[in-house]
Amino acid sequence: MYFDCDIRKTLRAGKRAFHLDVRLQSNCQRTVILGPSGSGKSLTLKAMAGLVRPDAGYIRLDGRTVFDAGAGIDCPPQRREAAYVFQDYALFPHLTVRQNVGFALVRGWFNPAVAFRREAVDYWLETFQLGHLAHQYPNELSGGQRQRVALARALIAGPRLLLLDEPFSALDPDLRVTMRNELDGLQRRLRIPMVMITHDPADAAIFGDCIVRLREGALDTAEAKCREPGQASGAEGTAVGAEAAIRIGRNRATGRQQDSS
Amino acid sequence: MEAMWAALALSLKVAGWATAIDLVFGVAVGFLLARGRFPGRDLIETTLALPMVLPPTVLGYYLLVMIGRRSEFGAWLHGQFGIDLIFTWQAAVIAASIVAFPLVFKPARAAFEAVDPQLEQAARVLGISEPAIFFRVTLPLAWRGILAGLLLAFARALGEFGATLMVAGSIPGKTQTLSVAVYEAVQAGQDHVADSLVLVTSAVSIAVLLSAGRLGAGRSGY
Repeated sequence: MYFDCDIRKTLRAGKRAFHLDVRLQSNCQRTVILGPSGSGKSLTLKAMAGLVRPDAGYIRLDGRTVFDAGAGIDCPPQRREAAYVFQDYALFPHLTVRQNVGFALVRGWFNPAVAFRREAVDYWLETFQLGHLAHQYPNELSGGQRQRVALARALIAGPRLLLLDEPFSALDPDLRVTMRNELDGLQRRLRIPMVMITHDPADAAIFGDCIVRLREGALDTAEAKCREPGQASGAEGTAVGAEAAIRIGRNRATGRQQDSS
Repeated sequence: MEAMWAALALSLKVAGWATAIDLVFGVAVGFLLARGRFPGRDLIETTLALPMVLPPTVLGYYLLVMIGRRSEFGAWLHGQFGIDLIFTWQAAVIAASIVAFPLVFKPARAAFEAVDPQLEQAARVLGISEPAIFFRVTLPLAWRGILAGLLLAFARALGEFGATLMVAGSIPGKTQTLSVAVYEAVQAGQDHVADSLVLVTSAVSIAVLLSAGRLGAGRSGY
Protein backbone atom coordinates (compact mmCIF):
# COMPACT_ATOMS: atom_id res chain seq x y z
CA MET A 1 0.00 0.00 0.00
CA TYR A 2 1.64 3.23 -1.08
CA PHE A 3 -0.53 5.28 1.13
CA ASP A 4 -3.41 4.75 3.43
CA CYS A 5 -5.00 7.62 5.19
CA ASP A 6 -8.11 8.37 7.10
CA ILE A 7 -8.17 11.93 8.30
CA ARG A 8 -10.47 14.59 9.56
CA LYS A 9 -9.70 18.25 9.82
CA THR A 10 -11.81 21.32 10.48
CA LEU A 11 -10.66 24.73 9.40
CA ARG A 12 -12.37 27.87 10.59
CA ALA A 13 -12.18 31.31 9.11
CA GLY A 14 -14.50 33.71 10.85
CA LYS A 15 -17.97 32.20 10.80
CA ARG A 16 -17.25 29.76 8.02
CA ALA A 17 -16.05 26.29 8.71
CA PHE A 18 -14.62 23.75 6.31
CA HIS A 19 -14.70 20.09 7.17
CA LEU A 20 -12.33 17.65 5.56
CA ASP A 21 -13.21 14.01 6.03
CA VAL A 22 -11.46 11.62 3.68
CA ARG A 23 -10.43 8.04 3.79
CA LEU A 24 -8.43 6.63 0.96
CA GLN A 25 -5.81 4.04 0.36
CA SER A 26 -4.09 3.13 -2.84
CA ASN A 27 -1.58 0.70 -4.15
CA CYS A 28 -1.45 2.34 -7.55
CA GLN A 29 1.85 3.86 -8.44
CA ARG A 30 0.05 6.86 -9.83
CA THR A 31 -2.90 8.25 -7.99
CA VAL A 32 -4.65 11.43 -8.99
CA ILE A 33 -6.86 13.33 -6.62
CA LEU A 34 -9.16 15.42 -8.74
CA GLY A 35 -11.34 18.21 -7.51
CA PRO A 36 -12.22 21.86 -7.87
CA SER A 37 -10.47 24.46 -5.75
CA GLY A 38 -11.77 24.45 -2.21
CA SER A 39 -12.47 20.73 -2.29
CA GLY A 40 -9.79 19.98 0.27
CA LYS A 41 -7.39 18.16 -2.04
CA SER A 42 -4.50 20.45 -1.25
CA LEU A 43 -5.19 20.06 2.47
CA THR A 44 -5.14 16.28 2.07
CA LEU A 45 -1.80 16.36 0.28
CA LYS A 46 -0.29 18.74 2.86
CA ALA A 47 -1.47 16.45 5.63
CA MET A 48 0.36 13.55 3.98
CA ALA A 49 3.54 15.62 3.83
CA GLY A 50 3.16 16.69 7.45
CA LEU A 51 2.61 20.36 6.66
CA VAL A 52 -0.91 20.27 8.08
CA ARG A 53 -1.84 18.41 11.22
CA PRO A 54 -5.17 16.56 11.01
CA ASP A 55 -7.53 16.70 13.99
CA ALA A 56 -8.07 12.97 13.96
CA GLY A 57 -7.24 9.82 12.03
CA TYR A 58 -4.08 8.25 10.74
CA ILE A 59 -1.73 8.43 7.76
CA ARG A 60 0.47 5.63 6.52
CA LEU A 61 2.96 6.22 3.76
CA ASP A 62 4.60 3.25 2.09
CA GLY A 63 3.60 1.00 4.97
CA ARG A 64 4.92 3.30 7.66
CA THR A 65 2.66 5.13 10.09
CA VAL A 66 3.64 8.78 10.03
CA PHE A 67 0.59 10.12 11.80
CA ASP A 68 -1.84 8.58 14.22
CA ALA A 69 -3.87 10.89 16.39
CA GLY A 70 -4.98 8.02 18.64
CA ALA A 71 -1.47 6.71 19.28
CA GLY A 72 0.03 10.19 19.51
CA ILE A 73 2.28 9.68 16.51
CA ASP A 74 3.13 12.76 14.47
CA CYS A 75 6.28 12.34 12.45
CA PRO A 76 7.66 15.77 11.41
CA PRO A 77 7.78 16.50 7.67
CA GLN A 78 11.57 16.22 7.83
CA ARG A 79 11.36 12.48 8.48
CA ARG A 80 8.43 11.42 6.30
CA GLU A 81 10.60 10.68 3.26
CA ALA A 82 7.97 12.17 1.02
CA ALA A 83 8.92 14.71 -1.60
CA TYR A 84 6.57 17.60 -2.23
CA VAL A 85 6.44 19.72 -5.36
CA PHE A 86 4.60 22.95 -4.70
CA GLN A 87 2.15 24.52 -7.10
CA ASP A 88 4.44 27.48 -7.77
CA TYR A 89 7.53 25.33 -7.09
CA ALA A 90 8.77 27.28 -4.05
CA LEU A 91 12.35 27.45 -5.30
CA PHE A 92 14.72 29.27 -2.98
CA PRO A 93 15.12 32.66 -4.69
CA HIS A 94 18.47 33.41 -3.06
CA LEU A 95 20.11 30.23 -4.31
CA THR A 96 21.25 29.17 -7.77
CA VAL A 97 19.83 26.18 -9.60
CA ARG A 98 22.78 24.07 -8.43
CA GLN A 99 22.31 25.15 -4.81
CA ASN A 100 18.57 24.53 -5.00
CA VAL A 101 19.06 21.03 -6.37
CA GLY A 102 21.76 20.22 -3.81
CA PHE A 103 19.82 21.78 -0.92
CA ALA A 104 18.73 18.54 0.74
CA LEU A 105 22.19 16.97 0.54
CA VAL A 106 23.66 19.41 3.04
CA ARG A 107 22.26 19.10 6.52
CA GLY A 108 24.14 21.78 8.47
CA TRP A 109 23.35 25.43 9.11
CA PHE A 110 24.88 26.61 5.86
CA ASN A 111 23.65 26.36 2.31
CA PRO A 112 25.64 24.48 -0.30
CA ALA A 113 28.27 26.72 -1.89
CA VAL A 114 27.75 28.15 -5.36
CA ALA A 115 30.38 25.74 -6.64
CA PHE A 116 28.83 22.80 -4.75
CA ARG A 117 29.83 19.60 -6.53
CA ARG A 118 28.34 16.21 -5.88
CA GLU A 119 27.78 13.40 -8.26
CA ALA A 120 24.11 13.33 -7.41
CA VAL A 121 23.67 17.02 -8.19
CA ASP A 122 25.33 16.65 -11.58
CA TYR A 123 23.27 13.56 -12.29
CA TRP A 124 19.98 15.31 -11.63
CA LEU A 125 21.04 18.47 -13.45
CA GLU A 126 21.77 16.29 -16.46
CA THR A 127 18.59 14.27 -16.14
CA PHE A 128 16.54 17.45 -16.34
CA GLN A 129 18.80 19.17 -18.88
CA LEU A 130 19.63 21.89 -16.40
CA GLY A 131 23.40 21.70 -16.68
CA HIS A 132 23.75 24.97 -18.59
CA LEU A 133 21.51 26.74 -16.07
CA ALA A 134 23.35 25.60 -12.94
CA HIS A 135 24.46 29.12 -12.04
CA GLN A 136 21.20 30.91 -12.80
CA TYR A 137 18.78 32.09 -10.14
CA PRO A 138 15.13 30.95 -10.17
CA ASN A 139 13.84 34.34 -11.35
CA GLU A 140 15.95 33.94 -14.50
CA LEU A 141 14.26 30.66 -15.47
CA SER A 142 11.20 29.86 -17.56
CA GLY A 143 8.21 28.06 -16.04
CA GLY A 144 9.21 24.68 -17.40
CA GLN A 145 12.79 25.06 -16.18
CA ARG A 146 11.53 26.00 -12.73
CA GLN A 147 9.44 22.89 -12.60
CA ARG A 148 12.41 20.75 -13.57
CA VAL A 149 14.48 22.32 -10.81
CA ALA A 150 11.69 21.69 -8.31
CA LEU A 151 11.49 18.03 -9.37
CA ALA A 152 15.26 17.57 -9.26
CA ARG A 153 15.40 19.17 -5.81
CA ALA A 154 12.62 16.91 -4.57
CA LEU A 155 13.95 13.66 -6.04
CA ILE A 156 17.61 14.00 -5.08
CA ALA A 157 16.96 12.95 -1.50
CA GLY A 158 15.52 9.63 -2.68
CA PRO A 159 11.98 9.96 -1.35
CA ARG A 160 9.62 7.01 -1.04
CA LEU A 161 6.67 8.96 -2.35
CA LEU A 162 6.32 11.97 -4.62
CA LEU A 163 3.53 14.42 -3.82
CA LEU A 164 2.64 16.89 -6.55
CA ASP A 165 0.42 19.90 -5.95
CA GLU A 166 -1.13 21.06 -9.25
CA PRO A 167 2.25 20.68 -10.98
CA PHE A 168 1.16 22.05 -14.38
CA SER A 169 -1.20 24.86 -13.44
CA ALA A 170 1.54 27.51 -13.51
CA LEU A 171 2.50 26.66 -17.11
CA ASP A 172 1.05 27.84 -20.40
CA PRO A 173 -0.92 25.23 -22.39
CA ASP A 174 1.82 24.19 -24.85
CA LEU A 175 4.38 23.75 -22.15
CA ARG A 176 1.85 21.88 -20.06
CA VAL A 177 1.66 19.14 -22.69
CA THR A 178 5.46 18.89 -22.90
CA MET A 179 5.98 18.78 -19.16
CA ARG A 180 3.22 16.21 -18.71
CA ASN A 181 5.00 13.88 -21.13
CA GLU A 182 8.30 14.55 -19.41
CA LEU A 183 6.96 13.71 -15.97
CA ASP A 184 5.15 10.70 -17.39
CA GLY A 185 8.39 9.31 -18.81
CA LEU A 186 10.33 10.14 -15.66
CA GLN A 187 7.86 8.40 -13.39
CA ARG A 188 7.86 5.30 -15.58
CA ARG A 189 11.64 5.25 -15.45
CA LEU A 190 12.01 5.85 -11.72
CA ARG A 191 8.89 3.96 -10.72
CA ILE A 192 8.46 6.23 -7.79
CA PRO A 193 4.94 6.16 -6.41
CA MET A 194 3.25 9.49 -6.79
CA VAL A 195 0.13 11.27 -5.72
CA MET A 196 -0.92 14.23 -7.80
CA ILE A 197 -3.67 16.67 -7.02
CA THR A 198 -5.18 18.61 -9.88
CA HIS A 199 -8.35 20.20 -11.12
CA ASP A 200 -7.45 19.45 -14.73
CA PRO A 201 -9.03 16.27 -16.19
CA ALA A 202 -6.22 16.16 -18.76
CA ASP A 203 -3.73 15.46 -15.94
CA ALA A 204 -5.97 12.72 -14.67
CA ALA A 205 -6.14 11.17 -18.15
CA ILE A 206 -2.37 10.71 -18.23
CA PHE A 207 -1.46 10.06 -14.61
CA GLY A 208 -4.67 8.71 -13.23
CA ASP A 209 -4.09 4.99 -12.85
CA CYS A 210 -6.34 5.62 -9.94
CA ILE A 211 -8.52 8.66 -9.78
CA VAL A 212 -10.20 9.95 -6.70
CA ARG A 213 -12.59 12.84 -6.80
CA LEU A 214 -12.97 15.19 -3.90
CA ARG A 215 -15.88 17.50 -3.44
CA GLU A 216 -16.24 19.93 -0.60
CA GLY A 217 -13.98 18.06 1.73
CA ALA A 218 -15.27 14.56 1.12
CA LEU A 219 -14.84 11.80 -1.42
CA ASP A 220 -17.11 11.44 -4.37
CA THR A 221 -17.35 7.66 -4.38
CA ALA A 222 -19.54 7.53 -7.43
CA GLU A 223 -16.72 8.82 -9.55
CA ALA A 224 -13.75 6.95 -8.23
CA LYS A 225 -12.26 4.69 -10.84
CA CYS A 226 -9.23 2.63 -11.54
CA ARG A 227 -7.67 1.31 -14.66
CA GLU A 228 -7.09 -2.33 -15.29
CA PRO A 229 -4.20 -3.90 -13.45
CA GLY A 230 -1.08 -4.15 -15.54
CA GLN A 231 -1.83 -1.00 -17.42
CA ALA A 232 -0.34 0.90 -14.57
CA SER A 233 3.16 2.15 -15.25
CA GLY A 234 4.47 -1.22 -16.31
CA ALA A 235 7.75 -0.23 -17.82
CA GLU A 236 10.42 -2.41 -19.43
CA GLY A 237 8.15 -5.35 -19.89
CA THR A 238 8.48 -6.59 -16.35
CA ALA A 239 5.35 -7.42 -14.53
CA VAL A 240 5.25 -4.40 -12.36
CA GLY A 241 1.51 -4.65 -12.42
CA ALA A 242 0.64 -2.42 -9.60
CA GLU A 243 -2.67 -3.74 -8.52
CA ALA A 244 -4.79 -0.93 -9.62
CA ALA A 245 -7.10 -0.93 -6.76
CA ILE A 246 -8.23 1.84 -4.59
CA ARG A 247 -10.40 1.52 -1.61
CA ILE A 248 -12.49 4.30 -0.49
CA GLY A 249 -14.46 4.54 2.65
CA ARG A 250 -16.93 6.79 4.30
CA ASN A 251 -18.51 9.57 2.41
CA ARG A 252 -20.39 11.44 5.02
CA ALA A 253 -22.23 14.52 4.03
CA THR A 254 -20.11 16.57 6.38
CA GLY A 255 -18.09 18.08 3.66
CA ARG A 256 -19.97 21.22 3.11
CA GLN A 257 -18.97 24.73 3.74
CA GLN A 258 -21.29 25.69 6.49
CA ASP A 259 -22.20 28.87 8.16
CA SER A 260 -21.90 27.98 11.76
CA SER A 261 -23.86 31.03 12.79
CA MET B 1 41.76 68.65 17.17
CA GLU B 2 42.94 65.50 18.87
CA ALA B 3 39.99 65.69 21.23
CA MET B 4 37.70 65.72 18.23
CA TRP B 5 39.16 62.51 16.80
CA ALA B 6 38.96 60.91 20.22
CA ALA B 7 35.30 61.88 20.40
CA LEU B 8 34.69 60.52 16.89
CA ALA B 9 36.46 57.26 17.70
CA LEU B 10 34.47 56.89 20.90
CA SER B 11 31.22 57.63 19.06
CA LEU B 12 31.99 54.99 16.44
CA LYS B 13 32.93 52.48 19.13
CA VAL B 14 29.76 53.12 21.14
CA ALA B 15 27.54 53.06 18.03
CA GLY B 16 29.26 49.91 16.77
CA TRP B 17 28.72 48.00 19.99
CA ALA B 18 25.17 49.26 20.31
CA THR B 19 24.42 48.12 16.76
CA ALA B 20 25.95 44.70 17.41
CA ILE B 21 23.77 44.26 20.50
CA ASP B 22 20.71 45.42 18.57
CA LEU B 23 21.52 42.97 15.79
CA VAL B 24 21.32 39.97 18.12
CA PHE B 25 18.30 41.07 20.13
CA GLY B 26 16.54 42.88 17.30
CA VAL B 27 16.63 39.83 15.01
CA ALA B 28 15.48 37.54 17.83
CA VAL B 29 12.65 39.84 18.94
CA GLY B 30 11.64 40.64 15.35
CA PHE B 31 11.44 36.92 14.56
CA LEU B 32 9.44 36.11 17.69
CA LEU B 33 7.00 38.94 17.03
CA ALA B 34 6.61 37.90 13.39
CA ARG B 35 6.05 34.20 14.07
CA GLY B 36 5.08 33.79 17.70
CA ARG B 37 1.49 33.73 18.85
CA PHE B 38 1.55 34.46 22.54
CA PRO B 39 -0.49 36.58 24.94
CA GLY B 40 0.79 40.09 25.54
CA ARG B 41 2.52 40.28 22.17
CA ASP B 42 1.12 43.70 21.36
CA LEU B 43 2.02 45.04 24.79
CA ILE B 44 5.60 43.79 24.43
CA GLU B 45 5.93 45.31 21.00
CA THR B 46 4.56 48.65 22.20
CA THR B 47 6.89 48.71 25.20
CA LEU B 48 9.92 47.95 23.05
CA ALA B 49 8.92 50.71 20.62
CA LEU B 50 8.70 53.29 23.41
CA PRO B 51 12.25 54.66 22.89
CA MET B 52 10.98 56.10 19.59
CA VAL B 53 8.57 58.45 21.33
CA LEU B 54 9.85 58.91 24.89
CA PRO B 55 12.17 61.86 25.57
CA PRO B 56 15.75 60.57 25.86
CA THR B 57 15.96 62.14 29.30
CA VAL B 58 13.14 59.88 30.48
CA LEU B 59 15.00 56.86 29.13
CA GLY B 60 18.18 58.08 30.78
CA TYR B 61 16.34 58.37 34.07
CA TYR B 62 14.91 54.86 33.73
CA LEU B 63 18.40 53.57 33.07
CA LEU B 64 19.82 55.37 36.09
CA VAL B 65 17.12 53.79 38.21
CA MET B 66 17.79 50.36 36.73
CA ILE B 67 21.59 50.14 36.50
CA GLY B 68 22.72 52.81 38.99
CA ARG B 69 24.59 51.74 42.12
CA ARG B 70 21.47 52.13 44.22
CA SER B 71 19.47 49.78 42.01
CA GLU B 72 19.32 46.05 42.76
CA PHE B 73 21.12 45.17 39.55
CA GLY B 74 23.72 47.91 40.00
CA ALA B 75 24.39 46.90 43.59
CA TRP B 76 24.75 43.25 42.55
CA LEU B 77 27.17 44.16 39.76
CA HIS B 78 29.20 46.25 42.16
CA GLY B 79 29.20 43.66 44.95
CA GLN B 80 29.87 40.68 42.72
CA PHE B 81 32.30 42.07 40.17
CA GLY B 82 33.20 45.54 41.38
CA ILE B 83 31.66 46.96 38.20
CA ASP B 84 30.06 50.38 38.14
CA LEU B 85 28.34 51.06 34.86
CA ILE B 86 27.37 54.68 35.39
CA PHE B 87 29.81 57.17 33.81
CA THR B 88 31.49 54.54 31.65
CA TRP B 89 31.42 54.13 27.88
CA GLN B 90 29.62 50.83 28.41
CA ALA B 91 26.73 52.80 29.91
CA ALA B 92 26.70 54.88 26.73
CA VAL B 93 26.48 51.64 24.73
CA ILE B 94 23.49 50.49 26.77
CA ALA B 95 21.76 53.85 26.32
CA ALA B 96 22.43 53.92 22.58
CA SER B 97 21.34 50.33 22.02
CA ILE B 98 18.04 50.91 23.79
CA VAL B 99 17.33 54.13 21.93
CA ALA B 100 18.12 52.53 18.57
CA PHE B 101 16.43 49.19 19.29
CA PRO B 102 13.06 49.93 17.62
CA LEU B 103 14.89 50.83 14.41
CA VAL B 104 16.16 47.24 14.24
CA PHE B 105 13.37 45.02 15.54
CA LYS B 106 10.57 46.71 13.60
CA PRO B 107 12.13 46.35 10.13
CA ALA B 108 13.34 42.87 11.14
CA ARG B 109 9.79 41.89 12.02
CA ALA B 110 8.47 43.24 8.71
CA ALA B 111 11.23 41.46 6.81
CA PHE B 112 10.47 38.13 8.50
CA GLU B 113 6.77 38.54 7.82
CA ALA B 114 7.53 39.09 4.13
CA VAL B 115 9.29 35.73 3.81
CA ASP B 116 7.00 33.25 2.02
CA PRO B 117 6.19 30.51 4.57
CA GLN B 118 6.00 28.06 1.68
CA LEU B 119 9.77 28.31 1.24
CA GLU B 120 10.23 27.21 4.84
CA GLN B 121 7.79 24.37 4.27
CA ALA B 122 9.74 23.33 1.20
CA ALA B 123 12.92 23.16 3.30
CA ARG B 124 11.07 21.20 5.98
CA VAL B 125 9.93 18.55 3.52
CA LEU B 126 13.51 18.34 2.22
CA GLY B 127 14.55 17.20 5.68
CA ILE B 128 16.20 20.37 6.98
CA SER B 129 15.97 20.96 10.73
CA GLU B 130 14.16 24.02 12.09
CA PRO B 131 17.27 25.95 13.24
CA ALA B 132 18.96 25.23 9.91
CA ILE B 133 15.87 26.51 8.06
CA PHE B 134 16.20 29.78 9.95
CA PHE B 135 19.83 30.24 8.95
CA ARG B 136 19.54 28.89 5.41
CA VAL B 137 16.18 30.22 4.23
CA THR B 138 14.49 32.69 6.56
CA LEU B 139 17.43 34.85 7.58
CA PRO B 140 19.01 35.19 4.11
CA LEU B 141 15.66 36.24 2.66
CA ALA B 142 15.01 38.77 5.43
CA TRP B 143 18.59 40.00 5.58
CA ARG B 144 18.24 43.02 3.32
CA GLY B 145 15.47 44.53 5.45
CA ILE B 146 17.38 43.79 8.64
CA LEU B 147 20.55 45.39 7.30
CA ALA B 148 18.74 48.60 6.35
CA GLY B 149 17.40 48.78 9.91
CA LEU B 150 20.88 48.18 11.33
CA LEU B 151 22.35 51.08 9.39
CA LEU B 152 19.61 53.40 10.63
CA ALA B 153 20.24 52.15 14.15
CA PHE B 154 23.95 52.86 13.76
CA ALA B 155 23.20 56.40 12.63
CA ARG B 156 20.76 56.89 15.49
CA ALA B 157 23.24 55.50 18.03
CA LEU B 158 25.91 57.83 16.66
CA GLY B 159 23.69 60.82 17.31
CA GLU B 160 22.40 59.71 20.72
CA PHE B 161 22.70 62.54 23.23
CA GLY B 162 20.15 62.82 26.04
CA ALA B 163 20.17 59.39 27.61
CA THR B 164 23.94 59.08 27.05
CA LEU B 165 24.66 62.31 28.88
CA MET B 166 22.56 61.19 31.84
CA VAL B 167 24.11 57.74 32.31
CA ALA B 168 27.60 58.20 30.92
CA GLY B 169 28.24 61.86 31.58
CA SER B 170 30.72 63.88 29.58
CA ILE B 171 34.25 62.86 30.48
CA PRO B 172 36.57 63.94 27.63
CA GLY B 173 38.38 60.98 26.10
CA LYS B 174 36.35 58.54 28.19
CA THR B 175 32.63 59.06 27.74
CA GLN B 176 32.42 62.26 25.74
CA THR B 177 30.93 61.23 22.38
CA LEU B 178 30.68 63.55 19.36
CA SER B 179 27.18 64.73 20.10
CA VAL B 180 28.00 65.42 23.73
CA ALA B 181 31.21 67.19 22.68
CA VAL B 182 29.19 69.50 20.43
CA TYR B 183 27.03 70.48 23.38
CA GLU B 184 30.07 71.08 25.58
CA ALA B 185 31.83 73.14 22.90
CA VAL B 186 28.82 75.39 22.41
CA GLN B 187 28.39 75.78 26.16
CA ALA B 188 32.05 76.79 26.45
CA GLY B 189 31.74 79.27 23.56
CA GLN B 190 34.25 77.33 21.41
CA ASP B 191 32.33 77.90 18.20
CA HIS B 192 35.13 76.80 15.86
CA VAL B 193 35.39 73.47 17.67
CA ALA B 194 31.62 73.07 17.44
CA ASP B 195 31.81 73.85 13.71
CA SER B 196 34.20 71.03 12.91
CA LEU B 197 32.43 68.58 15.25
CA VAL B 198 29.11 69.32 13.57
CA LEU B 199 30.62 68.88 10.10
CA VAL B 200 32.16 65.52 10.99
CA THR B 201 28.93 64.28 12.58
CA SER B 202 26.89 65.35 9.56
CA ALA B 203 29.29 63.76 7.09
CA VAL B 204 29.26 60.42 8.90
CA SER B 205 25.45 60.46 9.19
CA ILE B 206 24.99 61.27 5.51
CA ALA B 207 27.28 58.39 4.55
CA VAL B 208 25.31 55.97 6.72
CA LEU B 209 21.92 57.14 5.46
CA LEU B 210 23.08 56.96 1.85
CA SER B 211 24.09 53.33 2.29
CA ALA B 212 20.82 52.55 4.06
CA GLY B 213 18.88 54.15 1.22
CA ARG B 214 20.83 52.20 -1.37
CA LEU B 215 20.10 48.95 0.44
CA GLY B 216 16.42 49.76 0.76
CA ALA B 217 15.84 50.88 -2.82
CA GLY B 218 18.41 48.69 -4.57
CA ARG B 219 17.64 45.38 -6.19
CA SER B 220 14.51 44.51 -4.31
CA GLY B 221 14.15 40.78 -4.18
CA TYR B 222 16.42 38.53 -6.13
